[in-house]
Amino acid sequence: MNEAKDRIKAFLNRFFRKAELQDHDDIFALGYVNSLFAMQLVMFLEKEFGVRVDNKDLDMKNFSSINAICEFIERKAS
Amino acid sequence: MMTTVELTKRQLQWKDEFKAFTDEVVAPSAAESDKTERIAPSLIEKLKEKGYLGSMLPKEYGGMGLDWVTVGMLNEELGRGCSSIRSLLTVHGMAALAILRWGSDEQRHQWLPGLADGSLVGAFALTEREVGSDAKSVQTTAVLTEDGYVLNGRKKWITMGQIADVYLLFAQCEGKPTAFLVPSDSPGFSRTPITGMMGVRGSMLAELRLEDCVIPQQNLLGLVGIGLSHVALNCLDYGRYTVACGCVGLGQACLEQSLQYASQRKQFGAPLGDNQLIQKMLTEMAVNVKAARLLCCHAGHLREMMDPDSIMETWTAKYFASGMVNKAASDAVQIHGANGCSSDYPVERYMRDAKINEIIEGTTQMHEMLIARNMLSAT
Repeated sequence: MNEAKDRIKAFLNRFFRKAELQDHDDIFALGYVNSLFAMQLVMFLEKEFGVRVDNKDLDMKNFSSINAICEFIERKAS
Repeated sequence: MMTTVELTKRQLQWKDEFKAFTDEVVAPSAAESDKTERIAPSLIEKLKEKGYLGSMLPKEYGGMGLDWVTVGMLNEELGRGCSSIRSLLTVHGMAALAILRWGSDEQRHQWLPGLADGSLVGAFALTEREVGSDAKSVQTTAVLTEDGYVLNGRKKWITMGQIADVYLLFAQCEGKPTAFLVPSDSPGFSRTPITGMMGVRGSMLAELRLEDCVIPQQNLLGLVGIGLSHVALNCLDYGRYTVACGCVGLGQACLEQSLQYASQRKQFGAPLGDNQLIQKMLTEMAVNVKAARLLCCHAGHLREMMDPDSIMETWTAKYFASGMVNKAASDAVQIHGANGCSSDYPVERYMRDAKINEIIEGTTQMHEMLIARNMLSAT
């Protein structure tokens, strides 16, 4: 899981360069999120982890922090 | 970082097939489509026979199962022959891909085989009289009732709006932009042709009217509220890619016509091409077409790899290609002189068609804002 976390962090750091992103930080509250980012995040997760993000997955809680994304990927993989 | 994309043997075979189809079927009909402001049904039949209306869909649903670079080549070649035909593939594909990406299993099986074989034509209905770039402000409404969703509002400038069987249509539902599939035979639905456009005149634009238009509840696509953020942006990404590739094709057509004219037309006892100022225009045209093609190929390669950077690279390709083709078409008319201002020569149509590309799928100015903001936010 740590490896997955590192990959997610590396991707998010491309968008959050002004902030040192912690695992539990609410990335929506930081104010850098727009619809382009949302689309790129979905593409990244689908490509990197071989999962499909379905309609029912589009709950902001699934993508609100590095920890939340890791848990989401873990759930999808199982 | 720019990747080098070398076409495979199969991709080169596809390219030859697309080129032959364009030369034999598409290009000879383009002037007529422009004049009559419609694509002849017989021409659409030929597109269906080749399977091109399913070019963007996987084989699982009856599509061609092409990779994205090859889809780009198809749109380039069709764009070289006729921008209106290319526009059909763009909007049809936008509807089809939205269903593929965000539709339920039932929706995919209901709609995709028909869209893939062309027995159904799809279109994208976002724009309204008062709403263009500011898409989140669409005024059309959708209310869930016992009978299904009831839609009210109007859509304008809808490409293929005159002939589409199903529209991917965006409306405010519970105050949030939401996507719906609206069949053209829905009660309360009507459409009025829009004629007299400057360019891409065969794209059969229509204004759609929804007056207590009722569609089944299961025609909601995705979830309430993700219409713009996920459904439309995904569609527009494909739209921008195909428009950019179409611009490369149109630029290539400008170049080919200009080379031919500059070789044959004589002034002062010598071909126009002997004039260094003409040579400058030809060189700029050739180099810019190649540059745009490489940007499109790069974006297509990234799309194929599902790389998140493909989205911004597609914006870049569309921005450059649509600007490029306007300069190319303008220079092509300039090289042709008075002949270039006459419908006896195709460059007159190319120049009118070229302009449309700077407006559709995001204006040039929206591209300039978004590309710059994206760089600034990462700095």
